Amino acid sequence: MTMFEAILLTIATAATPLLIAALGELVVERSGVLNLGVEGMMVMGAVAGFAIAQTTGSAWLGMIAAILAGAAFSLLFGFLTLTLVTNQVATGLALTLLGLGASAMIGESFVGLPGVKMEALNIPVLTDLPYVGKFLFGQDPIFYISILLTIGVVWFLFKTRAGLTLRAVGDNHTSAHSLGVPVVRIRYLAVLFGGACAGLAGGQLSLVYVPQWVENMTAGRGWIALALVVFASWRPWRILAGAYLFGAVSIGQLHAQALGIGIPSQFMSSLPYLATIIVLVLISRNKRLTLMNTPTSLGKPFVPDR
Amino acid sequence: MTGTTITNGSDKPLLEASKLTKIFGTLKACDEINLAIGTGEIHSLLGENGAGKSTLVKMLFGALQPTSGDIAWKGQKVTVTNPAMGRSLGIGMVFQHFSLFDALTAAENIALSLDERTPLDTIATRAREIGQAYGLPVDPEALVGDLSVGERQRIEIIRCLLQNPDLIILDEPTSVLTPQEADLLFVTLERLRSEGKSILYISHRLEEVRRLCDRATVLRHGKVVGQCDPRSQTAASLARMMVGNDIHVIDRHPAEAAASTQAALLEVRGLSQKPRGPFSVSLHDINLSVRAGEILGIAGVAGNGQGELFEAISGEVLQERPDIIRIRGTDAGRIGISGRRKLGAAFVPEERLGHGAVPDMSLTNNLLLSRHSTDRKVFLTGGALRLVAERSLALATSRIVTQMDVRKSAENPDASALSGGNLQKFLIGRELDRNPSVMIVNQPTWGVDAGAAAHIRQALVDLARSGSAVIVISQDLDELFDISDRIAAMVHGHLSESVPIEAMNRERVGLMMGGVDHSIAPENAGTI
Repeated sequence: MTMFEAILLTIATAATPLLIAALGELVVERSGVLNLGVEGMMVMGAVAGFAIAQTTGSAWLGMIAAILAGAAFSLLFGFLTLTLVTNQVATGLALTLLGLGASAMIGESFVGLPGVKMEALNIPVLTDLPYVGKFLFGQDPIFYISILLTIGVVWFLFKTRAGLTLRAVGDNHTSAHSLGVPVVRIRYLAVLFGGACAGLAGGQLSLVYVPQWVENMTAGRGWIALALVVFASWRPWRILAGAYLFGAVSIGQLHAQALGIGIPSQFMSSLPYLATIIVLVLISRNKRLTLMNTPTSLGKPFVPDR
Repeated sequence: MTGTTITNGSDKPLLEASKLTKIFGTLKACDEINLAIGTGEIHSLLGENGAGKSTLVKMLFGALQPTSGDIAWKGQKVTVTNPAMGRSLGIGMVFQHFSLFDALTAAENIALSLDERTPLDTIATRAREIGQAYGLPVDPEALVGDLSVGERQRIEIIRCLLQNPDLIILDEPTSVLTPQEADLLFVTLERLRSEGKSILYISHRLEEVRRLCDRATVLRHGKVVGQCDPRSQTAASLARMMVGNDIHVIDRHPAEAAASTQAALLEVRGLSQKPRGPFSVSLHDINLSVRAGEILGIAGVAGNGQGELFEAISGEVLQERPDIIRIRGTDAGRIGISGRRKLGAAFVPEERLGHGAVPDMSLTNNLLLSRHSTDRKVFLTGGALRLVAERSLALATSRIVTQMDVRKSAENPDASALSGGNLQKFLIGRELDRNPSVMIVNQPTWGVDAGAAAHIRQALVDLARSGSAVIVISQDLDELFDISDRIAAMVHGHLSESVPIEAMNRERVGLMMGGVDHSIAPENAGTI
C-alpha cells in the first residue's frame, strides 16, 4: 500500500462519521426541527456499539446497537420538543450534556478493553488495483453505507412524495397542517432518522475508526456535523463535499506537522475548521439559493390549534 | 343568476350546518350557527373581523372540530375530522392567508394537496391544463416565493379545482387583487357555478357580494343575524346588518390652509434600491413629496414594493445619499430610525406583532420602546442612569387608550393579548400622541373591524388637517378614496405620479395598480 493510498483511506475514515451524522441532521432540520443533541446521540451510539460488540464479539451487532441507542436517545428529544413542545435549542444542548455524562458512566468498565474492529472489504483483484483499489473496493462497510445514504437522502428529499411532504413541513408547518399533513408524526420520524444516523456515526468511531472506548471520544464531531449542515446550506451533496474537505485538511495537517513544517501546531489544528468554513461560505454565495433551501420553520415550535 | 337548470333551495341542500357551536376557553366563537348551501349557488358569508366566519369555515373544512352541532353533507350526517377528509368529501378551500410553501415550485405545492397516488411528474401537465381551461395561467416550474399574490391565488384555486370539489370555500379572495384581477376571478367563479359547483364566498366587500352572490348569511359576534338575497339589498343595508348600527362616515373637513401653498414636509427623490432578500422587491427611482395638511394614498397589490418603500422612509434601510429622503427640509437618507423620529416623523408598519410591537411586552413597555429616544425627558429620569419613569409612562399609555378607544381586558396587558384592531388603534395612537409632523402608515386598517377602522381613518384625517404630512399605504381602495387627497400606485417597485382625488376613479387606479396606466414607467406596461 502506497503512502497516497494510505492517506486516501484515512481521509475517508475521518470523513465518514461526519457525513453520516450530518446527513441525519439534514433530514431533521429539513423537517423544521433543530436538534443540537447530535454530539450526545453520537457518543451514546459509540458507547453502546462498543459495549455490545465487546460483549458479543460481533461488530455488526455492535453497529445495530449503536443505531438503536442513537434512535432511542433522539426519541427522548422528540418527546420533549414535539409532544411537550419544549425549547429545541435548550433541549438539544441538554441532550448532548446528558449523552456525554451517561456514556461515560456506561463505558466506565469498558475503558482500556480491546475492541472489535469491523473488517474491511476484500475483493480479490479489485482491491489490489493500483492507487484506487483500496479506496474503492477495500474499505469498511460503513464507508459504503455512508455513500449509499447520501444518494438515498438526495433521492428521498427531491424525488419522492414523502420527501416533498417533509420539506413542506419544514418550510411552513401551519400550511402543512391545514393541508392535513401529520406534522408532528413526520417530525418524529425525521428526528428518529437523525438519531439513528448519529448513532451509526458514533458506532463507526468506536468500531472502525479507533476500535476502543475512550470517554468523550466523539471529541466535538457532532458539533462539526451540525455546522456542516448549515454551511452546506441544507443540501446533501455539499455535505458530502464538506465532510471530505474537513477530513482531507485534518489528515493533511497531521502529515504536515509530522514533516516538521515551521507553522505553530495550534494554527495547523484549526486549519480544517477554517478551510471548511471558507470553502462552504464561498460556494454558498448565492444568497437566494441558500434562503430557498433554508427550512423556514426551523426551530419553531408547532402546536396545532384544536 | 344565470339560467342554470339546478334550482337553489328546492331540493336538499349540498351542505347543511345546524346549531354549530365552537367554544375557545370562555369565548363562543360560533354560537348555534345554522347554514345551508344549495347546489350551484354562490353563498356569501358576511361579517366583521371576529364575527366567527373563519372559525365556521374551518369547522366545515375539518381544520377545527365543533364543540357541538351537526354538519350534513348531501343529506348525510358527517364528522369532518381533518382537512384531508374534508377534501375527500368534496370540500375545497382557498385560504385568505395562502397556505402555500414559498420554497417549493407551483407544481410541488399542488402535488402536496392531491391524492398520494398521483404521480409527481404528471401534476405539472394537469395543472397547466386546468389553468388554461379556467383562464388561470400559471408556470408549474416557478418557485412560489417569486410569484405575485394574484399568481399565488391562482395556484390555490387550481390546487382546489384539481381535487374536483363540489363546494369551494373562498376566504376573502379579492382582498389581494387589483379590481381587474378580481373581475377575472368573478368570471371563473361564475363559470364554476354554471357547472353546478357551489361556492361559499367570504368577504367584507359588499359591492362584490351584491354583484356575485345568490344568497348571503350574515354573522355578528358568532351568531347568525340574518339571511338575505344580497342583490335586493344596498351596500348600506348589508353593512348595517353586519355591524349592527350605522358606520361612522369619515369627515374630510378642509385643511386650515391650502396644501398647495405649504412647503413639502417629506420628500423622496430618486430612491432606488436592490432587493434585500430572495422574496423582496427592488425599488426604481421613486419620487414623492407630501405637504403639510395632506394625505397621500399609495395604492397597490401587496408585494409590489410598499414594504420596501416604508422601510426606506422609516430608516430601517439607510440610503446611499442623505438627500434621497428629506424630512422637514433636513437630509435624512443616512439617519437611523430614532434620528428620523426626532426630526418629527412617525412610522406605523404593516405587521403589528413583531414589527410594530413586541408581542410579549406590556403596552407601557412597547410605548417606551418606540419613544425612549424622542421623549427621553418625559419617560426617562435619573440623568445618566436613565431610569424608566413608570408614572409618566402609565399616564401616557392611559391617555392613548382613552383617545383611541382601545379596549383591553387588563390594566396593562401584553401587546399580543389585544385583538388586532385594538392593538392597531394603540400603535397609531402611540405615534399620534407625539403630534408628528410627518407620518407614514402601512395598511392602517388591515384586518381591523369597521368601527375601529373608521376611528383610525378619522384620526389620520384629523392629524393631516392639523398641519402634518401623512402617507397611507393601503390595499383597500375604499379606504384610500375615503381619506386621501392624492393617490399614487405602486407596481413592481415603481411609484406612479400621484393624481388628485377629484380626478381619480376606481378604474383608473386599477389600471395604475396593474401598471398599464401611462403615468407609470412604460417598461412595465401590460405586465399584470
